[in-house]
Amino acid sequence: MFEALGISPYQLYGQLVLGLINGSFYALLSLGLAVIFGLLNVINFAHGALYMLGAFGAYFALTLFGINYWGALILVPIGMALIGVFIERTMLKRLYQLDHLYGLLLTFGLALILEGAFRHYYGSSGMPYAAPKELQGPLNLGFMVLPLYRAWVIIVSLVLCFSTWFLIERTRLGAVLRASTENPILAQAFGINVPLLLTLTYAGGVALAGIAGVLAAPIYQVNPAMGSNLIIVIFAVVVVGGMGSILGAIVTGYALGILEGLTKVFYPPASAIVIFAVMAIVLLVRPAGLFGRGE
Amino acid sequence: MKTSSYTSTWVKMAIIIGIILLFAAPFLKIYPVFLMSMMCFALFAASFNLLLGYVGLLSFGHAAFFGGGAYIAGYATKTWGFSPEISVILGGLAGALLGVGMGYLAIQRKGIYFSMITLALSQMVFFIAVQAPFTGGEDGLQPIPRGKLFGIVSLESNNAIYFFVLAVFITGIFALWRVVNSPFGQVLKAIREHEPRAISLGYDVHRYKLIAFTMSAAMTGVAGGLKALVTQIASLTDITWQTSGEVILMTILGGIGTVFGPILGAGLVKSLEDHLASIGFPVPVLIGIIFVACVLLFRRGIIGELEHFLSRKKT
Repeated sequence: MFEALGISPYQLYGQLVLGLINGSFYALLSLGLAVIFGLLNVINFAHGALYMLGAFGAYFALTLFGINYWGALILVPIGMALIGVFIERTMLKRLYQLDHLYGLLLTFGLALILEGAFRHYYGSSGMPYAAPKELQGPLNLGFMVLPLYRAWVIIVSLVLCFSTWFLIERTRLGAVLRASTENPILAQAFGINVPLLLTLTYAGGVALAGIAGVLAAPIYQVNPAMGSNLIIVIFAVVVVGGMGSILGAIVTGYALGILEGLTKVFYPPASAIVIFAVMAIVLLVRPAGLFGRGE
Repeated sequence: MKTSSYTSTWVKMAIIIGIILLFAAPFLKIYPVFLMSMMCFALFAASFNLLLGYVGLLSFGHAAFFGGGAYIAGYATKTWGFSPEISVILGGLAGALLGVGMGYLAIQRKGIYFSMITLALSQMVFFIAVQAPFTGGEDGLQPIPRGKLFGIVSLESNNAIYFFVLAVFITGIFALWRVVNSPFGQVLKAIREHEPRAISLGYDVHRYKLIAFTMSAAMTGVAGGLKALVTQIASLTDITWQTSGEVILMTILGGIGTVFGPILGAGLVKSLEDHLASIGFPVPVLIGIIFVACVLLFRRGIIGELEHFLSRKKT
């Protein structure tokens, strides 16, 4: 049926997979944003830059210390979490009493610093980072051939998204977290250490961005601009999904990634703007977002 | 906390000295193109401040109007051969048109969402500018001729166009000042201070926000068009999110909600950028550092802190 439109099924599947890969990153990053926003009321503009930092972390680990992909996949998120603790403790903490916009502006400044510094030292061209040899080579699915590493990224991101959702919605820690989101003062009165929780949440969100960066390093080249290209799309994803729900962020991320992939097949010139166009339509039809609960 | 008569004398003096200096600048051997582009950005920041300072809306997408105005004005002079004053007006219209559309969508949400939506929509405008046939893609539109004012006076020389830019700049700032101090401006401030109360008083808040957004976008388009004539180039740089960030910084650094803060901020940021670029320091890093410093240390901005200091000293 697609042949009639002049589109081969291989092209379609190829773009679908690419869309799914992009969607994985949209989901991982918008999930992190949603978790941070839920508790801290801060839109973390630096999320894209931190994702870029995660990718560079993998690159440095390999080139400077000879730590391979698997090591990076564990060490980079830990390092990123520490950076998150530092940012929250020294800067974000001072802004909680103020208008939310200040959090956005502060993290915007941080994003500019990180990205500007990396662009200054590494230029705007990308650095290659090879996929680990265990994950090189193709995976034959019968109807199409999928590079093994891409399959790995899709699976890991699904697992990460599910575990984050599970952690927040189904565990005791998650319950504490949700209670503190709902009413921090009351939660504190019940003996919950809310400031610690805020720090840990931010660190967790940043670690997620770091993992996404490591995962992305072999797919997209390691490149100072990789974060800022992404963060604006992520914002649109967040507006479409509504930040009220974790599940909403995940589903919207994957769905918009796939939609973008499909647009590349059927009408390539629109692929760069399709997500923004969807955002505009959602704003007209359902301003609170698809999964939002209003303000 | 309106400024007292005591401070307003100082303010009046400062304005008069400032205007005299601006008129005298071409004779003082100050590099005129730099001063002119500074005025363009000052007008840009002042228009942006109409929204942030007086309605409390943080737009992260004003580069769309600035770049849009620059492209349209550039195209009008370069391809259609329009005279500069018409081109600048067209730039303003382009800004207004984009502003109505983006504003209508963005005011559906509040606070932080508003900022994210404006950012995303301006990125959409950016991608359209990348692909559209009339923007010249990566090269942009260049060289843009400066044309003849009213079809008579040639603006090709820097001194000639300087006075044109100065006239538009002063008119623009005066217009913004009038808007802010009109009954309309009072309603905007009421919305900023307490939106539900403004609604309960019977004001159609959505309409006021949209009008303010469109005004701000239109004036930004004028600034963009002017900038295209001054620098003789309209390019993708004008329309990137970094430019939106820059204008936010100018406004915050100078002082949100003050008339002269954004002008001072624009002057400072542009001078610093100019200086740093010449010694090879990465400009975005500095902008980021000022951002962080402003947010953490002096949220009122330079003029705002000054006003605060003066008003405290008096009581």
